[in-house]
Amino acid sequence: MGPADVEAVWRIESARIVAALTRFTGDFGLAEDAAQEAVAEALVSWPLSSPTSPAGWLMATARRRAIDAIRRRTALQDRYALLAADPVVDDDIDPDRIDDDILALMFVSCHPVLSPEARVALTLRVVGGLSTEQIARAFLVTVPTVQARITRAKKTIAAAGVPFELPPAGERRERLGGVLSVVYVIFTEGSTATSGDRLLSPGLAYEAIRLARTLAALQPDEPEVHGLLALCELTAARFPARTDPDGSPILLTDQDRRRWDFSAVRRGLAALAIASVRGLGPYGLQAAIAAAHASAPSVEETDWDRIVVLYEALGRVAPSPVVELNRAVAVAMASGPAQALAIVDELIASDRLPGSHLVPTVRGELLARLGRRPEARAELELAARLCTNQRERSVLLRKATALS
Amino acid sequence: MSQYMLIMRGTDETNAAMMANVDELMAATRLFIEELAKAGVYVAAEGLDDPGQGVVVHFGDEAPVVTDGPYGETKELFGGFFLLDVASKQEAVEWAKRVPAAPGSKIEIRRVPGEDEVPQDSGKFVKEGTLRESSGRI
Repeated sequence: MGPADVEAVWRIESARIVAALTRFTGDFGLAEDAAQEAVAEALVSWPLSSPTSPAGWLMATARRRAIDAIRRRTALQDRYALLAADPVVDDDIDPDRIDDDILALMFVSCHPVLSPEARVALTLRVVGGLSTEQIARAFLVTVPTVQARITRAKKTIAAAGVPFELPPAGERRERLGGVLSVVYVIFTEGSTATSGDRLLSPGLAYEAIRLARTLAALQPDEPEVHGLLALCELTAARFPARTDPDGSPILLTDQDRRRWDFSAVRRGLAALAIASVRGLGPYGLQAAIAAAHASAPSVEETDWDRIVVLYEALGRVAPSPVVELNRAVAVAMASGPAQALAIVDELIASDRLPGSHLVPTVRGELLARLGRRPEARAELELAARLCTNQRERSVLLRKATALS
Repeated sequence: MSQYMLIMRGTDETNAAMMANVDELMAATRLFIEELAKAGVYVAAEGLDDPGQGVVVHFGDEAPVVTDGPYGETKELFGGFFLLDVASKQEAVEWAKRVPAAPGSKIEIRRVPGEDEVPQDSGKFVKEGTLRESSGRI
């Protein structure tokens, strides 16, 4: 078995192994270190001789490494404690226990004591089974940066005494919201890279969808989990049509809708149906907006009135200037650019999105549609200066030039 | 990441062995599918009815000819599939090793090309797109 095989087994087993070891040792940092040592050992020994049960091998090796670590630690602290700390090896894994442990692992990885970057890195490594190198590549940062984030995160968890358990009922909803937002951050980074020369990072979007599916299987009664999954599936469905062969973005208006992934659309609509049973939350509403686009054969035939209503609802449950800006775009389609411009100008007057390239992008488009070309051009040029994604920037500059 | 289809290929003997313990197999398969779902890789799975109940349509130069049952001379029979969304071919292989299957049977692993890999005018693309254009809906 080669490195790719080790990686494949690890993808499947990582969350289960780290969860079981954390339960077993009561120490998340130690569990994660032991699991990583086991993978490192597998990379050396599997090419020489393949184990009959790779998953069992990883679990047993990681457990041995964890016991070694506890022994070393105990030997330093108190030799008498050795017997008490010698763990009872329990080979029967209770499937319900394991499910709860994997959920607990997600809650720990997305714990509010951690910085947002640390939550993302830890979730991808521990729950998703990605290597430090893969995470670094996906986010265009260096390997030592990711390593530092993970080391610091483990120290923070230990220092804050974060328990390895499901949050108490009273906090559960809020903490789940924290987990969902980490998954969503990973997805949005995959669907619109914030920096660099690529628009899409499909691998990262895939990891987010995979995490959302895991959450949906483990928390089937939480509508927003299905709402988030629906949102990710419906957005990813457009990926094949979102970039042209040289990697430049294609706007929704200009996309060849026949290239959308209709299997993903159907999965997204199915998840949205589950999410809708008890009224939609913020993710469900965004998914409903994506569904309105996905079900429309063209921009003209899109139900823009419905989209405006959905944005209004979204603005009430999760008010944000970005939602307001999107509502303006929908209003422009439903009722014309003049009304939309009023919404955008109000946003600018209240300075709620300072420094964002999105405001001048939308304002420029609206002005262009109103025939106010010189002003439109100035706005698009401003947007290009503020935009950090090179692909998006060149599209903005092309549009600005076309207006002169 | 890609979708892979795990194609179950049995023989008359493995099918008979499976049918002898059908309840056990169904329970094991249900658990396996749950495991796939919890790992976030499950897309679809179906098992097929007894090949003896099937019908084969043969294409030649003339009109298609219909016969009952499987292809007589074929030793391996397509019995069902799992469709998985995994990170790599190796991961598809790892999952395939865990499928509850009768000794003697085989699983063939084939990649499903993504929408963005399908040339503009090929089968799947035209089928979906045209259907959608004519009906105006998914």
